[in-house]
Amino acid sequence: MQGLIQQVLNALQLGSVYALIALGYTMVYGIITLINFAHGDIFMVSTYVAFFVGTAVISRALHLPGIVVFILTMLATMFATALLAVLIERFAYKPLRQAPRVSAVITALGVGLFLENFTLATIGPDPRFLPKFFPVVTFTWSGVAFSNIQIIIIAVSAVVMLLLDTIVRRTMVGMAMRAVSWDKFTAPLMGVPVDRIISITFALGASIAAIGGMLFGMVYTIDPYMGIRIGWWAFISAVVGGIGNIRGAMLGGFILGFVEIFTPVILPASTYRDFVAFSLLLVLLVFRPYGILGRPVAQKV
Amino acid sequence: MPLLRIRGLTHFFGGLRAVHDFNLDQEPGELIGIIGPNGAGKTTVFNLITGVYRPTEGEIFFNGHNLVGKRPDQIVSLGIARTFQTIRLFKNLSVLDNVRIAHFARTRYEVPAAMFRMPNYLREEAEVRERALELLDLMGLADQAEWVASSLPYGLQRRLEIARALACEPRLLLLDEPAAGMNPGEIAELMELIRWIRQQFDLTIILIEHQMRVVMGICERIKVLDFGETIAEGTPAEIQSNPRVIEAYLGEEAI
Repeated sequence: MQGLIQQVLNALQLGSVYALIALGYTMVYGIITLINFAHGDIFMVSTYVAFFVGTAVISRALHLPGIVVFILTMLATMFATALLAVLIERFAYKPLRQAPRVSAVITALGVGLFLENFTLATIGPDPRFLPKFFPVVTFTWSGVAFSNIQIIIIAVSAVVMLLLDTIVRRTMVGMAMRAVSWDKFTAPLMGVPVDRIISITFALGASIAAIGGMLFGMVYTIDPYMGIRIGWWAFISAVVGGIGNIRGAMLGGFILGFVEIFTPVILPASTYRDFVAFSLLLVLLVFRPYGILGRPVAQKV
Repeated sequence: MPLLRIRGLTHFFGGLRAVHDFNLDQEPGELIGIIGPNGAGKTTVFNLITGVYRPTEGEIFFNGHNLVGKRPDQIVSLGIARTFQTIRLFKNLSVLDNVRIAHFARTRYEVPAAMFRMPNYLREEAEVRERALELLDLMGLADQAEWVASSLPYGLQRRLEIARALACEPRLLLLDEPAAGMNPGEIAELMELIRWIRQQFDLTIILIEHQMRVVMGICERIKVLDFGETIAEGTPAEIQSNPRVIEAYLGEEAI
């Protein structure tokens, strides 16, 4: 029983990170029907931003409490990552907005490869650790061990997801995003600046991925290839939940978190986890191609 | 000085000349009708005024601003709003949100203010909500405010399109076949509504319409287009007796 609860906690922790990244895929798809394959690598870059900013802040200001350094680093990482995503959209995707979708998708793959190799060439392939923002404290509660880091990851992710859900459902910006996603012809004729809304969507998606990147880096090592591995899992999360659907991406993230943690528990080896994840994707695509929370879309004529 | 001044407006789609040498001087408060057979270029004129297309040639001045080259959302902010021939509501949003969205151009707060629920965000959102509800009330849609737009009956969807355009706070309102698909009772109500909003919101209006009863009943001046050319212009009485108009509508044989 303790072992099960332990694994559930681990799955929630990993699932939060997948969910945070999946949100970026789903938001961009929702607004311009583009699968932004560079998103996983944007996430990877964010972990390096967190690495450098965190290291710089800690080395300059040892007297700051850990929580302040953590928040400062997170804000700077969110800002830098959002800027990167907005620039990518502006210079790589926007010129292709009228082009066939496949051109933009291939461009996205190219941008991802560029980010990956650029990081590899400038920083190198060695795995790194993010600086420690807090001392790790482990609690044991009726046989279940959990750390303060784990609690922070799950709590921060939950707050971010709630905030995003509120923004999209209740604020003018969220409404504008839904309007642009519904009808790009009419939205500007009601005074909604489509280009700005698309930029905001990329910025939001990337800054949420940056939060995910920082949380991820507090537990695991970071390297230039992580964007592919984690990115694919997050992408599957978005598709499983129903791409274009924000709550779907959150749900999908947690499902994939559970798949990853529980596969080695049930099957003989952890190497089966990709097999299970992709099988889940394939089965779902056959029976419910629009995902768990997605709705079938009638082709607009 | 006219509110809207159009000179030599011409637009090509590839080799097809959709509009040719369209001119218009519209005084503030005037209600002008544009009629013509299908494919005459009427909606294209609206698309050119609202910045959907950039004209091949010609000038459009609104309230002293040159509209050519401006983005649609900038043109909306200058005070021009429109409805559509086929209803183009945001059918995934509620009735209220369809009206709220039209306030977007005039809200000032940025995303971080929304994330942290800053006072300026809360105040602006509350103001917009109140004004949107007020407008829905005036337009007789208050009871359906929380409905999803797609669940409204057809007549009310048309009405919501007009409400949404009014929420943009226009000086010039472009109505594209608002009576399409309506029965005679609804058409009478619509004419009454157009007269009333014109007074209430101090509007200048251009109306594209096929229902002669509507055009002849409420427009002061009518322009007739055929294959992109302006073939006639005048008061309803003048238009009804113009032989070129009768020819365009009924074909040469009928004369």
